[in-house]
Amino acid sequence: MSGARLCVLGAGAVGRSVVELAEEYGHTVTAVADSSSAVVDPDGVDAEAVLQRKSDEGVVGEADPDDAVGGAYDVLVEATPTTLGDAEPGFSHVKQGLERDKHVVLANKGPVAERYGELRELEADSEGKIRFEATVGGAIPILSTIEDFGPTHITAARGVLNGTANFILSRMAAEGLDYEHVLAEAQDLGVAEADPTFDVEGIDAALKFVILSNVLADGDQEFTLEDAVVDGITDIPGTALDLAAEDGRTIRLIGESTPEGVSVGPRLVPADGPLSVTGTLNIVQLETTHAGRLNISGRGAGGPETATAVLSDVSRLVD
Amino acid sequence: MSDTGGEVQTHTVRLELVDEPGELLRALEPISEAGGNLLSIYHERGNLTPRGHIPVEVDISCAPTRFETIVESLREAGVNVVQAGSERYDEELVVILVGHLVDTDLSDTLKQIESCADASLTDLSLSAPRGRDETSSARLRLKTRSGTNGDALAKLQEIAADKELQVIQPLTEASQ
Ligand SMILES: NC(=O)c1ccc[n+]([C@@H]2O[C@H](COP(=O)([O-])OP(=O)(O)OC[C@H]3O[C@@H](n4cnc5c(N)ncnc54)[C@H](OP(=O)(O)O)[C@@H]3O)[C@@H](O)[C@H]2O)c1
Repeated sequence: MSGARLCVLGAGAVGRSVVELAEEYGHTVTAVADSSSAVVDPDGVDAEAVLQRKSDEGVVGEADPDDAVGGAYDVLVEATPTTLGDAEPGFSHVKQGLERDKHVVLANKGPVAERYGELRELEADSEGKIRFEATVGGAIPILSTIEDFGPTHITAARGVLNGTANFILSRMAAEGLDYEHVLAEAQDLGVAEADPTFDVEGIDAALKFVILSNVLADGDQEFTLEDAVVDGITDIPGTALDLAAEDGRTIRLIGESTPEGVSVGPRLVPADGPLSVTGTLNIVQLETTHAGRLNISGRGAGGPETATAVLSDVSRLVD
Repeated sequence: MSDTGGEVQTHTVRLELVDEPGELLRALEPISEAGGNLLSIYHERGNLTPRGHIPVEVDISCAPTRFETIVESLREAGVNVVQAGSERYDEELVVILVGHLVDTDLSDTLKQIESCADASLTDLSLSAPRGRDETSSARLRLKTRSGTNGDALAKLQEIAADKELQVIQPLTEASQ
């Protein structure tokens, strides 16, 4: 099979980009849903018209969101909001897709971070498979690299996986400004959300490193956010960055994943080292058993960037 | 890395020798036999221990597991080993402490770190804000015994937590 039929759940930054770019990747969108509406067409929806309607009227069509999940498609794309704990509605969406023997590609971190074991069990009972490259580092091919090497050949992963926190720390260091000031600037630029809690408290990064640990543990052990030791960047004064700089170092919000555990917190790193990326860039270092250290960096977020990872996953599933 | 039980490190053994000819040679034999690389011998002649023995400090470089073998064979050979371990303060650890450093008695904090975390402070930079209520930062450069940075950091975290200070630590040794 070459092109796949896609059911896209969520019409936010990610879902909309998937709808927009699917055709370029040779796939057909047969259903789109947001929180209150859906559009379903087994022959392919009119992507442009759907996106236009979403921006004009706030809905994607006349149908009910349930019609989308129950419709005709090969791959379900889960791009609804990341939630903690029960990871709903994402988890139920994935469950419905797998129970119907469909493949599922997630951008939503919730189910993979909080209910990994259950997801793998559902997958084992299904003809469908799950992939979730987009959940860790947007466009950066981190999970597929781990897959290529095999999880047993990677002993640890560490790095910067939250662009907002990294933007704030690198601006604080470069401009000598304090946290509150740079946060406000980041919000004006659209780099930080109105409620930046997830990003600046390290939760978003922790979810990604939890997912990495789940992948690295390869079924031997399961992790959730509760297992992670998480510290944010909200209490870091400008003076701490100054002292770090005097010593040739800087501070970054660094996560570390091993098959044994997960931690995220502000760490001292060499100012000219690979981990001290600036702005919203992300970087991950993979420690391999026989091939030393791999550094992979790039854009970790954004609609088109994340949709790129989603669509690559789709192609891997159906090609 | 080596395949002989971990990274090669410098270890110091303190021996107490009876003041008899040939004693030093007898003590050194097991070391080279077990594959330890002798770096230096500090023979404090004239400086006797309370029991009338001569203290000797020997620096050896080898992997940790090999070092254990060396200490064992020294003891088997009847040599009095008083102290053995990676006793040198030859590793550096830089951390930044953040919080109400002055109000929480900085010099007491440092004293605790030196005694409990078994580290010696070689350099301190303090950056205090103008207002008293704001948090200040301090950069500490510590020397620790080789191979104990992880333990020292854990202790440091404890000491800091007691005073509600935040420790910004470097990545663990393995990752640097
Ligand atoms: N943005 C990124 O750069 C990025 C990167 C990696 C991963 N992700 C993850 O990808 C997911 C989507 O991100 P986003 O930025 O596109 O989020 P978003 O802009 O907040 O969009 C979320 C979308 O989900 C829809 N939705 C909510 N509940 C739904 C339900 N029960 N059924 C169907 N749709 C529902 C919302 O509908 P309404 O439009 O009706 O509110 C909205 O369209 C999140 O889990 C996020 O963590 C995002």
